[in-house]
Amino acid sequence: MSESLAARIPDGALLALPPDYSLVAMEVVRALIRRRAKGLRLLGVPILGLSADLLIGAGCVAEVETSAVSLGEAGLAPRFTEAAEKGEIRVRDATCPAIHSALQAAEKGVPFMPLKGVLGSDLISARPDWKVLENPFKKEDPILLLPAIQPDVALFHARWADEAGNVWVGRRRELATAAHAAKSVLVSVEELRKGDMLEDELLAPGVVSSIYVTAIACAPRGAWPLGTPGLYGIDDLHLSLYAKAAKTREGFQRYLDEWVLTPRKSFSPA
Amino acid sequence: MGPYAKEELLACVIARLLAGSRHAAIGASSPIPATGAFLHRYADPSFRVSLQQRRTANPFTEGSRELFDLAGQGRIDTFFLGGAQIDGEGAINLVRAEGKRFPGSFGSAYLYSVIPNTILFREEHSRRTLVAKVEFASARGTPKALLTGKALFTWQSQRRRFRLESVHPGASAEDVRENTGFAYDAAQQPAATPEPDAQELALLRGPVAREIAENYPEFARRIWCSKGV
Repeated sequence: MSESLAARIPDGALLALPPDYSLVAMEVVRALIRRRAKGLRLLGVPILGLSADLLIGAGCVAEVETSAVSLGEAGLAPRFTEAAEKGEIRVRDATCPAIHSALQAAEKGVPFMPLKGVLGSDLISARPDWKVLENPFKKEDPILLLPAIQPDVALFHARWADEAGNVWVGRRRELATAAHAAKSVLVSVEELRKGDMLEDELLAPGVVSSIYVTAIACAPRGAWPLGTPGLYGIDDLHLSLYAKAAKTREGFQRYLDEWVLTPRKSFSPA
Repeated sequence: MGPYAKEELLACVIARLLAGSRHAAIGASSPIPATGAFLHRYADPSFRVSLQQRRTANPFTEGSRELFDLAGQGRIDTFFLGGAQIDGEGAINLVRAEGKRFPGSFGSAYLYSVIPNTILFREEHSRRTLVAKVEFASARGTPKALLTGKALFTWQSQRRRFRLESVHPGASAEDVRENTGFAYDAAQQPAATPEPDAQELALLRGPVAREIAENYPEFARRIWCSKGV
């Protein structure tokens, strides 16, 4: 099932992914590695972690636009760090609210969004696609403008999908924004529910409606070793095991062999 | 050093720096600022602390952009930023230095310029981290203070320079001078950073440790498990 979603992500796609603390479709990420995806351009919404490090280490990535790549308490993302230092991937550095704003521009269908602050940062000169203009409503008030970002694909994990094709992301509204902005939206889910969640006033505010959703696959514990709030948390031990293994190319390859490329073991311990 | 962990001393300094703050937000990977903020709540119950990546009962319901929207409106008055490099002008670098790649700027480029009180925090105090000029400025702004593993500096807005405020137990003014790559002002005899008192330690090792363990399990294990907390 996860393989069917991975098959819908073409090589070279601009792929929006959530951070480790949000809902990451890790089983689909592993399936992308098994299908040997190439030239992906990752967009961190607004930062990236394990998913990006795995894809980069496995050679699936050409470019990353993100505000950071980190494994949180487990430390630096080793494959990202090495690939960036060796120039094997192009990194377009951003800052969190810039990515949120650029996705909001796309979801509104406007060409750009203004963002205050940031002007003292060297990011401005590193990002020729960002423009600083005078605020037309106030004199001597320069403001940063960010072009809309429309991802080819937004990929994430969710607690539920229903018979009407809706998915529930709860409070993870950055996923809703990414879904609204993207051309195609692929979602792995913990469980399929009967009925239509839009009929339930308590669930409806956390729903990304079927208008946006392209395809769904059922993948219980599909976010592992990351979490699905309310069901299971981040597997901190596994994350630190990964961080240690991935320090070297050989260690990373052994990790891939054991946890990603061998389908039998690629699934989480229940 | 007394019978306390270095991290406990730093958390107590942070708690004191938070005096007068109404709402501090804590970003990713900041267990010591989070510890200081949780501790400060016992001194000022009206003080609000929002942990961006809190694993349960997270304060944000509009996704990860809400922190930035709140900050843009002025609803958050204090934030903590670190850096692979921090320079004498208060600029921070989270991107690259000496051929090394770091995780990236996170929200710093924005938050440093919109939040009134930014506290810079970097435990490593060396010429590698505290430099004359950063190689890449992820963010520039006006800091309130710079806290390191050796000392506390405050920012002098008029002179646009740091001032050495106090030196932590175990370090000396000479030690600080030797390991700081930027110029700063200092009194002839800088004060000693006060050590945690019994009440602070009891709070840290009790309710604060439990709250921290939920969100920074590795950190909590390292600091408090050996003490049987």
